[in-house]
Amino acid sequence: MAARCVDRELLNDWHIVADRESLTRDTPFPTRLLGVDLVISKRSSRVEVVRADTGAALKTAERYGFIWACLDKPWRDIVYIPEANEADRHLVSGGSIAVKVSGLRAVENFLDMGHFPFVHTGWLGEEPHTEVAPYNVEITAQDEVLATECKFYQPVASPTAREGSVVDYIYKVIRPYTVALYKSNPVQKHRLDVITLFVQPVDEENCIAHPFLCYLKDGIEAATVRSFMQLIFAQDKPILENQVPKRLPLDPRAETPIRADAVSVSYRRWLRDRAVTYGAIPAQN
Amino acid sequence: MLEEARSRWHPIAAAHDLPFRHVFHGQLLGREFAVWRADDGYVNIWENRCLHRGVRLSIGINDGRELKCQYHGWRYSNRTAGCTYIPAHPADAPARTITNRTFPAVERYGLVWSSEEPLGEVPDVAGLAEGKLLALRGIAVNAPADQVVERLKAYRFQPNGAIDGDAAETLIEAAQDFAVALRSRDGAAETLGVFFVQPADSNRSVIRGVLDRDAEGSAHIAVLRHHNERLSRLRDEAERDMANAPAPAPIEPVYERVSAELAEMPELTAHGRKAALRVTVARKWQTADGIAGFELRPIKGILPTFQPGAHIDVHMPNGEIRQYSITNGPGETDSFVIGVKLERDSKGGSKCMHETVREGDVLAISEPRNNFPLRRDAIKTIFVAGGIGITPLLAMAQALNNQELTHELHYFAQGEEHLAFADRLRALGDALKPHLGFSPDETGAELRRVLTGYRNGMHLYICGPGPMLEAARKIAAEQGWPDSAVHFEYFKNTNKIDDSSSFEVALARSCVTLQVPAGKTILQVMRESGIDVPSSCEQGACGTCMATVIEGEPDHQDVYLNDAERKAGTKIMTCVSRAKSARLVLDI
Repeated sequence: MAARCVDRELLNDWHIVADRESLTRDTPFPTRLLGVDLVISKRSSRVEVVRADTGAALKTAERYGFIWACLDKPWRDIVYIPEANEADRHLVSGGSIAVKVSGLRAVENFLDMGHFPFVHTGWLGEEPHTEVAPYNVEITAQDEVLATECKFYQPVASPTAREGSVVDYIYKVIRPYTVALYKSNPVQKHRLDVITLFVQPVDEENCIAHPFLCYLKDGIEAATVRSFMQLIFAQDKPILENQVPKRLPLDPRAETPIRADAVSVSYRRWLRDRAVTYGAIPAQN
Repeated sequence: MLEEARSRWHPIAAAHDLPFRHVFHGQLLGREFAVWRADDGYVNIWENRCLHRGVRLSIGINDGRELKCQYHGWRYSNRTAGCTYIPAHPADAPARTITNRTFPAVERYGLVWSSEEPLGEVPDVAGLAEGKLLALRGIAVNAPADQVVERLKAYRFQPNGAIDGDAAETLIEAAQDFAVALRSRDGAAETLGVFFVQPADSNRSVIRGVLDRDAEGSAHIAVLRHHNERLSRLRDEAERDMANAPAPAPIEPVYERVSAELAEMPELTAHGRKAALRVTVARKWQTADGIAGFELRPIKGILPTFQPGAHIDVHMPNGEIRQYSITNGPGETDSFVIGVKLERDSKGGSKCMHETVREGDVLAISEPRNNFPLRRDAIKTIFVAGGIGITPLLAMAQALNNQELTHELHYFAQGEEHLAFADRLRALGDALKPHLGFSPDETGAELRRVLTGYRNGMHLYICGPGPMLEAARKIAAEQGWPDSAVHFEYFKNTNKIDDSSSFEVALARSCVTLQVPAGKTILQVMRESGIDVPSSCEQGACGTCMATVIEGEPDHQDVYLNDAERKAGTKIMTCVSRAKSARLVLDI
C-alpha cells in the first residue's frame, strides 16, 4: 500500500518513529511513517531523521524515551502525559510491536473490553464472565473520545494480582493514532495506572504499536510491567492480523456494532467527522 | 474470462481437506472462504469474516454444531450461518438477521464445489464415476488459471498400474477453460486424470486432480507421491516464468453491507402474527406417554436461525395458532423438532396436532422468536422442568452441554414413561436429574433441596405447569434467589383477564392517541389503526408483544413479567394488560 497520506491532521502532527533504545551509534535505523521511508541516525548525542527519497531532514524530538518526527510543520505539541512527571511511577515502553493491520484497527482493539475473555483468556478475562456492562461515552471539551465507568471482571488484572476482581477502566482517544487507558491500581486503589498506546502509521495497512506505561512502583518491578504488556499484546497481534479488510471501515454498515461497542462507534464517527482517511475505508454516502 | 468464471462451479477444497472439527481456509476469485463440516456432515462455505469486526472465521473454532469467532466469541449456526449468541450481552437474544454470507456447497468427485453466482449444476465429467476415485493433494500455483491450464495440457504421468514405469503415453481427452482431462496408457495399465484448476485469485490457482481409480496400501501412497512430484515440478516451472512478468492486480472482493437496522443497534424487527415458513411433517412419533414429537422440515431453502429458548407459532389446519418451543440442540438446523402434549381440555390445538396432523402434511409456521433467552455467563445454571415444560429447557441444556458449561436439568414427571425425547436426554449425561412420581408436596420439598446454595452468578430457568412454576418461583425467592437470576416461561396465562376498563393510549413514536374500550385489547386497537405490532400467543405468556411504558400505570394481567419488572411498571404486554391510569404512553 503506497497511497500518499493527504490528511493534514496526521501530516502536521508528531509521531513516534523509534524507541530510543533501538538506536545504536553509527548504524542507521530504517523505518517508515505514513508511507514515507525514513532513516534515523544517531551521531554523538544528536538524533537525525531524514526522508529516504529526498534526503530532507525532518523536525524531530525526544520524549518519554521515544524518537518523534513530523513530516510537515507540527500544528501542536506532542501529547502531554502528566503521570510521566510523577516520581513514584515506572516509565517504561512495552516494546515496539509491528502489526500488519491499519493502526486505526489497533486503536479500536485497545478500546475493546468484549474480547478479554476470548483473546486474553485467564488474564484480562475468562468465560463465562463475558458481559460488557453499559458505560458512558462522551466527546470532551478537548475533542477527545472519553469512555468512563467501564467495568470488567478480570482473573489476573495486573502482573501482581493474586485473585480475580472487577476492574475499573477509563479509555481516552487523544488523537487518531493515540489512545490511553487508565486502570485502577491494585495496591493504591484511588490511583490509576496509565498505558498510552502511540501507534506509528507505517502505511495504511501496517503499523508499529509503541505502548508507554506509567505504572505505580508500589510492589512491582519495571521489567514485570514490561513483560506483562508484551504478553497481552502478543495475544492481540494474531487477531489483529486476521482482520479483513486491513483498513478500518468507517461505513456504519460495513460491520455490526453492538452496545458493548459504543466507544468504537464513537471513535469511528469521530474519525469521520475529522476527515481522517489514512488507514480507513471512507464511508459511502 | 474471470468475469464469466463467477457464474461457474469451481472446486475450492478436497473432501479430505475437511477433517473432523477443522476449519479450512479457501479462496475463489479473490474471495476468502471459511469452509467447515459440521458433525451432521453438512459442509458450510461462508464469507471468511465475522460480521462483527471482520476477523477471519477460518481461525475460529468448529465445535461440530457451530462456528465460534476467536475475537469476541460470537457463535454462528451450522447451515444457516445465523448468529446464535453474543457473549458481551448474555441476557439478549441476537437479532435473527445477523447472518453471515453463505455460498453453495456440493461434494462431488472427492472435491467440494462452490460458486459466487452459480448458473446450472456442478458439471458432469465423463469417465469419473462416483465411488472409487482418488482426489490428489491440491497444488497451489502463483500463476493465473489460464496459464496453469496451458501447462496441464502438456502434463505427463504414469497410470496407477504402472507407476514405476516410464513408457506411458498421455493424451488429452478434453480441455476447457478450467479443466484438462488426460488419459495415460502404459501397456495394459490405463488411468484417466481430470485436473481442475481453481482460480483462487487473478495470480493464484490450485490444481485439483482426480484420478478415475484409487489404489490400495503402498500403491496408493506411490500414486500420490508420483503426482505430487510431477505437479510440484509443473508449479515451479510456471512460477519461474511468472517471475519475469508483472503479476496482475489481486481481485478486490466486494463485501456485502449489513442491513441498515444492524448498523445502528440490533433489535428484533417487528413482525405481526405471520406465518412466513412452510414446513412438512417429516416425522411424527410418540416420544412419551401423551406427548407427540414432530420433526418439521422446510419445503424449500433452509430454516432460519433459532436460539435456545425460542418458540414458533404453528398455524394448524383447523385455524388455531399455538406456540411450541424448539427442542433442537445447537447447529441442528435441518429441521425443527417440537413436542406437543395432548391436553385433556384441548380447545382444538393439541387435539388437532395429535389426531389430524400426519407425516407428510404441510404446516405454516412463524419464524422462531426468542423471548426466553439463555445467558451463558452463569457460573452454574439450574433448569427446572415440569412435564412438557422440558421443551425449551432441553434446547438450553444441549447448548450449555455443547459449550461444557456447568448445568443441571431437573425434570419432574409422573413416571419414566412421561420423559420426552429420551435420546436427547441421554446425551446430557449426569446433568440430567429426573424426579419421578412426586406429589405436589414432595415436589416442593425436592425443589427446596435443589434450590439451596444460591451463589452470585448462578441462574435458574423454570418451565412447567402454572402451579409448579409458582411454587418454584416462591421457593427460589425464599432461598435467596434474586428476581434477576430467575427466568421462567409459562405455557399459558391462566389468570382471568379483566377487560372491563377503558382508557387512552398515546403511542409516542407513532404520534397517535387511541381509545381502548372495554372488551378490546391494546393490541387489537393498535392493529385496527394500522400499527403493525408483533405478537404470538396473545394471552400474556410469551412476551412477543411487549412494549415500553413511558408514562402511566399499567394494569398487568400477563404471566411473562417477573415481580420486579411488574413493580417497575416500564414494560407492558399489549395483548392482555391494560391501564390503571386514565392514560398510558407507550414507546411505539
